[in-house]
Amino acid sequence: MSSVAREWREIPGRYNLEGSKCGCCGQVYFPRRDFCPKCRRDGIGKVSPYKIDRSGEIFSFSIVYESPECNSFLKPYAVALVKTGDGALVAGQLVDVDLEKISIGMPVRAVLRKLDADGASGVIHYGFKFAPAL
Amino acid sequence: MMEIGIVSYGAYVPRFRIKPEEIGRIWGVDGKGMGKGLMISQKSVPGCDEDVVTIATEAARGMMARAPEVDPKDIGAVYVGSESHPYAVKPTATIVAEAIEATPDMTAVDMEFACKAGTAGIQACMGLVGAGMARYGVAIGADTSQGAPGDALEYSASAGGAAYLIGSERVIARINKTMSFTTDTPDFWRREGQPYPLHGGRFTGEPAYFRHITSAAKKLMEAMGTKPADYRHAVFHQPNGKFPTRVAGMLGFSPEQIEAGLLTPSIGNTYSGSVPLGLAAVLDKAEAGDRVFVTSYGSGAGSDAFDITVTDEIKRYKRENAPTVAKVLENPVYLDYGQYAKHKGKIIMSE
Repeated sequence: MSSVAREWREIPGRYNLEGSKCGCCGQVYFPRRDFCPKCRRDGIGKVSPYKIDRSGEIFSFSIVYESPECNSFLKPYAVALVKTGDGALVAGQLVDVDLEKISIGMPVRAVLRKLDADGASGVIHYGFKFAPAL
Repeated sequence: MMEIGIVSYGAYVPRFRIKPEEIGRIWGVDGKGMGKGLMISQKSVPGCDEDVVTIATEAARGMMARAPEVDPKDIGAVYVGSESHPYAVKPTATIVAEAIEATPDMTAVDMEFACKAGTAGIQACMGLVGAGMARYGVAIGADTSQGAPGDALEYSASAGGAAYLIGSERVIARINKTMSFTTDTPDFWRREGQPYPLHGGRFTGEPAYFRHITSAAKKLMEAMGTKPADYRHAVFHQPNGKFPTRVAGMLGFSPEQIEAGLLTPSIGNTYSGSVPLGLAAVLDKAEAGDRVFVTSYGSGAGSDAFDITVTDEIKRYKRENAPTVAKVLENPVYLDYGQYAKHKGKIIMSE
């Protein structure tokens, strides 16, 4: 069973794609990080929370046939690297899409879905997945 | 007097469908005939990773996208009405509120009143806005409803929901008045911890659905001094296609008046989402000046009736920022019963 405290800490990123942005060089990061590896010492204290664009396009993708337990009801399914409108690369599952119709450059948007649950009694984990753009 | 009404709305229905003939094939009954009797040609089914939280969130995000001038921090209340909240204890409403970034200076609660918890939420938001306790309130009706395998309900119980932003500024549809009719009528219920509801069969008709809807509707028209012909559209709770069609006729509404908001024939009964989705389909097409009559029904039992007038604000409203109900229902994916059982979590897995 995962920690509920950790689950709670990750809510801004999981629900609303909150990452971070370096105030020194403008680089956007997701998941969030407190340190800019480009600016190093110069960026200390200048990295702040930043909500990245929930829409983007497929940069690369792969079809998963052998899944972890949490996705056993969904296989086969696709995962993708999505390049968001503000240039961040975000990894996520693709949903509501016909596997044979996925293509690089396809516009997608982040939606909230169930990621996993800690058994029948534990907490339910919600987070983003990507669906075709409207 | 302050004008209170709908500032924005959003709707969502999962893409999966099952047909009554496929359900009937499993239980050895004439499913097609069953569907014909209920006036349901197919029903929506949630994806394996969808529940009331995700459905309500999708509807609420569409609602917010259509009202970009509204700061989510000005939302003072989020109410989610459903009879299939994923947690017995832990609110759906807090998760949805977080997902639309309305937290933390707000109140939230989950509501349950069989199929009418969504409209009860709209009334509660009207009260908060009218009393000056909140600038905006969000009321959502959403369900992934349950029907026992083989039971008549299995042919209709479906999934979907709609979200409403209630306020007094930039109102696209003014709620002129709302009235309710409520009694203790045990026509349908689900006990704590039980997976499926039970119902009183034919008892769900005359003393329950028809009595409550006609009573609330007549009372409201009497108070407003209106008659059915004064309304362009009417939406009644849709447990199947047959009941709303019949109740419309009993009250004097024509089939044309209920056409735009009658979704059950193509998606089934979305329970708490039923009237909210029907009203969303009407608002998708509505023009300034249109008068809309709405009456929900929740077993147990009660009806909320609303007299609504679409305002000039609808011309400036950004409907195009989120999909219409018709668009949401495009490109369905059909399931066989085995896949349906998996989607509905009816298969017992090893630990």
